[in-house]
Amino acid sequence: MIKSKLLYSITRTLRGIGKRMIERIWRLGAGTRLFFLTIFYSGESFKRFHLTLREIYFTGVMSLLIIVVSAFFVGMVLALQGYNTLQKYGSSEAIGVLVALSLVRELGPVVTALLFAGRAGTAITAEIGLMKTTEQLSAMEMMAVNPIARVIAPRFWAGVISMPILATLFSMVGILGGYMVAVPLIGVDDGAFWSQMQANVDFRTDIVDGLIKSLVFGVACTMIALFEGFDAPPTAEGVSRATTRTVVISSLTVLALDFVLTSFMLVI
Amino acid sequence: MTTNIVEIDNLSFGYKGRLLHKGINMVFPRGKVVAIMGGSGSGKTTLLRLIGGQIKPSKGEVRVDGEVVHKQDRDGIYKLRRKMGMLFQHGALFTDLSVFDNVAFPMRELTDLPESMIRDLVLMKLNAVGLRGAYNFMPTELSGGMARRVALARAVALDPNIIMYDEPFAGLDPISMGVICDLIRSLNDALGATSIIVSHDVKETFLIADYVYFVANGEVAAEGTPHDLMQSTLPFVHQFVHGEKDGPVPFHYPAANYQSELLNQSSAK
Repeated sequence: MIKSKLLYSITRTLRGIGKRMIERIWRLGAGTRLFFLTIFYSGESFKRFHLTLREIYFTGVMSLLIIVVSAFFVGMVLALQGYNTLQKYGSSEAIGVLVALSLVRELGPVVTALLFAGRAGTAITAEIGLMKTTEQLSAMEMMAVNPIARVIAPRFWAGVISMPILATLFSMVGILGGYMVAVPLIGVDDGAFWSQMQANVDFRTDIVDGLIKSLVFGVACTMIALFEGFDAPPTAEGVSRATTRTVVISSLTVLALDFVLTSFMLVI
Repeated sequence: MTTNIVEIDNLSFGYKGRLLHKGINMVFPRGKVVAIMGGSGSGKTTLLRLIGGQIKPSKGEVRVDGEVVHKQDRDGIYKLRRKMGMLFQHGALFTDLSVFDNVAFPMRELTDLPESMIRDLVLMKLNAVGLRGAYNFMPTELSGGMARRVALARAVALDPNIIMYDEPFAGLDPISMGVICDLIRSLNDALGATSIIVSHDVKETFLIADYVYFVANGEVAAEGTPHDLMQSTLPFVHQFVHGEKDGPVPFHYPAANYQSELLNQSSAK
């Protein structure tokens, strides 16, 4: 009796794990399919680029405030922490380099992507999910208008275009925040702050790599948000869960992709 | 040109192991208002989705203007859909667009008409549904009945041959219901279109329909003119038309014996 109960419990657990795995693989496949369909139908949406421009306003411009404010504080904290460590080794002038490299190579793209997922990603998922719930996507389909070309593709390209610009702004404002703390507040030499930064930040290996990262994060975060909205069950609970999943999956994907990209970039 | 603009031939459709339709046959003659009626969950809306090519049948076929819908590729389906207009249950207006832009949407997306002509056409369509004065409202500023009328103007924006209505009277006050009822008939006759109404509102549907199909248990349970069906002695039709509580459609969902379930509490859980 006990044996059979134990066996039943084990098989039930294994069945549950298997079911979840199949669901995950199915969703990965469906997401990849949506990605390729989006690329395929992008031509149709490019013909009406004003749709993409409108979405750039909603995803990019409307995210500016949170990006700029966060960047300023991140830069200031970096300068404080960096100075605290660097002064022990007598190289507090290198604070500019530390702030710039940290922001351009890592924090700029990563934190921007995390903020983007929380601000614009959730908005995209909720909007698409609600469009599905209220049959707006079905209505479009019935009017012989492809929702992927009309709704998904403009939002996708808006995210992909916005992310590197936001990440660049994040790094610039972060450096400014670091400067405000390091130079006027702590008293690091103004010239040393900028000249060391100029001498040690490389355009190709630092700035371009950072931009490549933010571009990849832009593709990942926007596609996850779009897929979650498109795949959300047409109920209030379904949309709410999809929105939560967008933040969780985007954040984990960004952090994992960051490791993979950094590994490749350091080797190359 | 065939007499019937839509023909459903021996159609079966099911999902998740449940057969929703079992060999349904229906015809929708040109210029007529045909209603599909039946209880909730009888697959009426699914029939509209099958006609629109949003889903594929398990067996049988749906022909629109002589073309088998599910055998079309994407372009073919879109070509057929340009002959159709659909009014969704809750209107399905695009919430980020104004009333004007909602009605203009299919014109802008599917035609190369100049903006000045689109403006005139939109105002004409809105005038037909009595909402020309609300052209600059957003969908959130409209009542349920007004939203349904705007959606109707959008559905007929490109003068379709077939207009499909999914529960057009659901959740409307009596005045709005009367307005929608009148609009369906008058637009159908003015455009020379064929209307397919899915509804369970007997009074309003019988008032405007030329022919009615009753769907129950996945089959066409009865069909005829509203007058014939009002006189029908078929138990299901009689119960449905007269809104009787019990009959072939039982009040109680099938369950275990009431007495034994109450006495044996653990088995109920």
